[in-house]
Amino acid sequence: MATTLTINGTQHQIDLPGEVPLLWVLRDELGLTGTKYGCGVSACGACTVHINGEAVRSCQMPLSDVEGEIVTIEGLGGPDNMSVLQKAWVAHQVAQCGYCQSGQIMQAAALLTENPAPNDADIDEAMNGNLCRCGTYGRIRAAIKSAAAELRGA
Amino acid sequence: MIGTAAVAGGVAFGVYQAKKPLQNPLNPAEGAITLNPYLILDQNGVTIIAPRAEMGQGVQSTLAALVAEELDVAWEDVRVLHGPGAQAYYNGALIAGHAEYEDGKRTAWQEFIREAMDVLPKTLSLQVTGGSTATIDAYEKMRMAGATAREVLKLAAVGQLGEDLATGNGYVRAPDGRKLSYYQLAQPAAAIIPPKDVALRPASDWKYLGRDMPRLDMVAKSTGTAEYGADVRLEGMRFATVRINPRLGSGMVSFDARAAENMAGVERIIDLGNGIAVVANNTWLAFQAADAVEIEWENAPYPATTEGLFSAINTSFNDRPNSTLRDDGDVSALPSGASEISAEYRVPYLAHATMEPMNATALFTGEALQLWCGNQAPLVLQGFAADAAGLKAAQVTIHTPFLGGGFGRRAEPDVAVLAAKVARAMPNIPVKVTWSREEDMRHDFYRPAAIARMKGAIKEGKAVMFDAKIAAPSVTRQSMKRVVGFAPGGADVAHMEGAVNQPYAIPNYRVAGHLADVDVPIGFWRSVGNSFNGFFHESFIDELAHAAAADPLQFRIDLIAPNSSPSANLLEAVRNMSGWSGKTVDGVGRGVAFTWSFGTPVAQVIEVANSEDGIRIKNAWIACDVGTALDPRNIRAQMQSGMIYGLSAAVHGEISFVDGEVQQENFPDYDALRMGTSPDIEVQVFENNLHMGGVGEPGTPPSMPALANALFDLTGIRARELPLGKQFKFAT
Repeated sequence: MATTLTINGTQHQIDLPGEVPLLWVLRDELGLTGTKYGCGVSACGACTVHINGEAVRSCQMPLSDVEGEIVTIEGLGGPDNMSVLQKAWVAHQVAQCGYCQSGQIMQAAALLTENPAPNDADIDEAMNGNLCRCGTYGRIRAAIKSAAAELRGA
Repeated sequence: MIGTAAVAGGVAFGVYQAKKPLQNPLNPAEGAITLNPYLILDQNGVTIIAPRAEMGQGVQSTLAALVAEELDVAWEDVRVLHGPGAQAYYNGALIAGHAEYEDGKRTAWQEFIREAMDVLPKTLSLQVTGGSTATIDAYEKMRMAGATAREVLKLAAVGQLGEDLATGNGYVRAPDGRKLSYYQLAQPAAAIIPPKDVALRPASDWKYLGRDMPRLDMVAKSTGTAEYGADVRLEGMRFATVRINPRLGSGMVSFDARAAENMAGVERIIDLGNGIAVVANNTWLAFQAADAVEIEWENAPYPATTEGLFSAINTSFNDRPNSTLRDDGDVSALPSGASEISAEYRVPYLAHATMEPMNATALFTGEALQLWCGNQAPLVLQGFAADAAGLKAAQVTIHTPFLGGGFGRRAEPDVAVLAAKVARAMPNIPVKVTWSREEDMRHDFYRPAAIARMKGAIKEGKAVMFDAKIAAPSVTRQSMKRVVGFAPGGADVAHMEGAVNQPYAIPNYRVAGHLADVDVPIGFWRSVGNSFNGFFHESFIDELAHAAAADPLQFRIDLIAPNSSPSANLLEAVRNMSGWSGKTVDGVGRGVAFTWSFGTPVAQVIEVANSEDGIRIKNAWIACDVGTALDPRNIRAQMQSGMIYGLSAAVHGEISFVDGEVQQENFPDYDALRMGTSPDIEVQVFENNLHMGGVGEPGTPPSMPALANALFDLTGIRARELPLGKQFKFAT
């Protein structure tokens, strides 16, 4: 039985068993490979996407349980139309290997929607589930703060 | 853009001082022209080949800047590609990097040896990203590639533009303002033999080098558009996974796939001899089916438990040491009037745990194999994949996309071999093999466990003896055996780095290495031998300082200054940066450590503090001396990265064995520092050393002892075993 998903504003008919996690629908079925597989147990945050604006670990979200509009890193902004947050990522030269950064950015975007002026403790709490083995945390924090300042000013 | 086979290009430049010209492996598409192995010109502009794996260390941007600096192209016009695997891209610094002791003390003989050590990687075609050597190797040859290309482009323009030509932003310009683009000149330029006497620009003229350059991969990595091995997609591709014997290196007695074969999405189950592959229409469905295959495994070829493995390592102390690469003075007798202290240290096996689990995508046609796989050694993968597919190496093409972390793990060809086997079983169907995180964690080439027996002596507040015996399985021997089929004899230098080559002036100073014969797969883990030797050496120096009732930072400066003023300068730098006074308030502890590795000395101070939730690693200060800093911001990032990688291991990292199997499976039981548990880190980069050092690894070794020394300052408890999380309660 096909499931209908709305991803980055486009509807998709998915013909996969309902228990397949959203992560693997995005990556393998739809080719939306910006969302990454890191652990499969909600312990690293690399697979973070938005469902109705909330940050969700797509590796733990069965296809049959998805309700609402999905936004992935591709929907947040591409190379030619980056969001304020992505521009801050570039300005602070955050990424190293970059594999975790889609998830970091999606988590940070959800934080800024909820809290336009996060302090260090707010950022720690929101971002602690997102692992980065390159250790880019200092620049992630800086990028979140400058994006927050710019969004508040705009 | 680059063709599939390694075909010799028309122009083989004598880039660098190679005795035998290297063939240009680039075979660009119609309309594109290559001037040397590092450069392709087409109507869209300039593509620089940066033939080292981009695994986060920013190397492709720095290598591109080496060419761009001399070539005179605008940074925003530069595109960069890894390019094919080829002998032309051998890493001439790979072995020389291990030969040095203190910088500034190289004799003419040592310089000769370093030059000679260029030959082996060239002969063996060792195109390897590792050993923190990429910029050291490329520093002259890639600038020369840019410079010689610039000069032939100018020569090609003389007929149309006349004499006194200049270059800039991708054009050759005449004094009267007329100009021709590099692409317009590429065809005639390719036929010109470059002049031999091209001079490289002095650092004072640099526009890109020595500056904080925007990384060329940053936009792609901020928009989810960077393509990693895991992201490769081919028409008609299937999604596969494997389950290999968790008793590493052993085979499979039998398996029953009847249940798995009938599961959703499953197309095929393949017997790999030491495990199985499941081919499906979705990776997650392949994971589920692989778990459902019932498998009886053979037993492990090594002691089945952690205790047994440590016991085997400990036993190697009974044998003659493999090396005593440092043996100054006489450690056999206690100097009169000195007081002796001794201690034993242990560190565990460690996993690399790259963010991107191992994967490879393969397409086998019967006559050829194409392989897409993030890797640190494309020609090693090529050879192994060819064997697995029943082909010759020349029939195998390796594509190297971005690596979601490497840390040494992706120098191993194992996942490429598995993908080649799966592809061989499914001719003309592309297949992507992705390991689950659990498979990745439990099938690593681990950082070996190690034991150190340390003895030292203090007299009148000074260290007068340092005697270290260090035992571990040998990464060099095991990896050489795997890759080239035999293990070299003689002293294993890499086994002892971080302990034998530290610039301490201690009159009686011996460091002996013992090699344990244990078959758990081990490999190159960020900083390799330094990762355990740095901990042993700098923890014990701290014990000596404490026994001498000396300030541990001043104690180090006093011992190091006579041998290396750049190194002593780094300790002064972290003293100033941290406001080190030798005293801390209650509830706060500070530790210092210093390691010279990969040609770069690094000093670190770490500050820890008690909190209601446990101990927090609050602040850290790093000073490093890289000789020549090609991209200071990137170097600072690498130092921070190396430290966090080391601290993650120091706090959390342990791979343990029960029944021959690794117990850890995933990040919940092999965690790392996270945003809230990482320190704020300040870095200063110095350029006082005579020679350029590496930057990818040297931040890691001193981080572990600096933390242990800080914990001693905080608690009075000397940590002699890692991970520290077993002994101390850290805040989460």
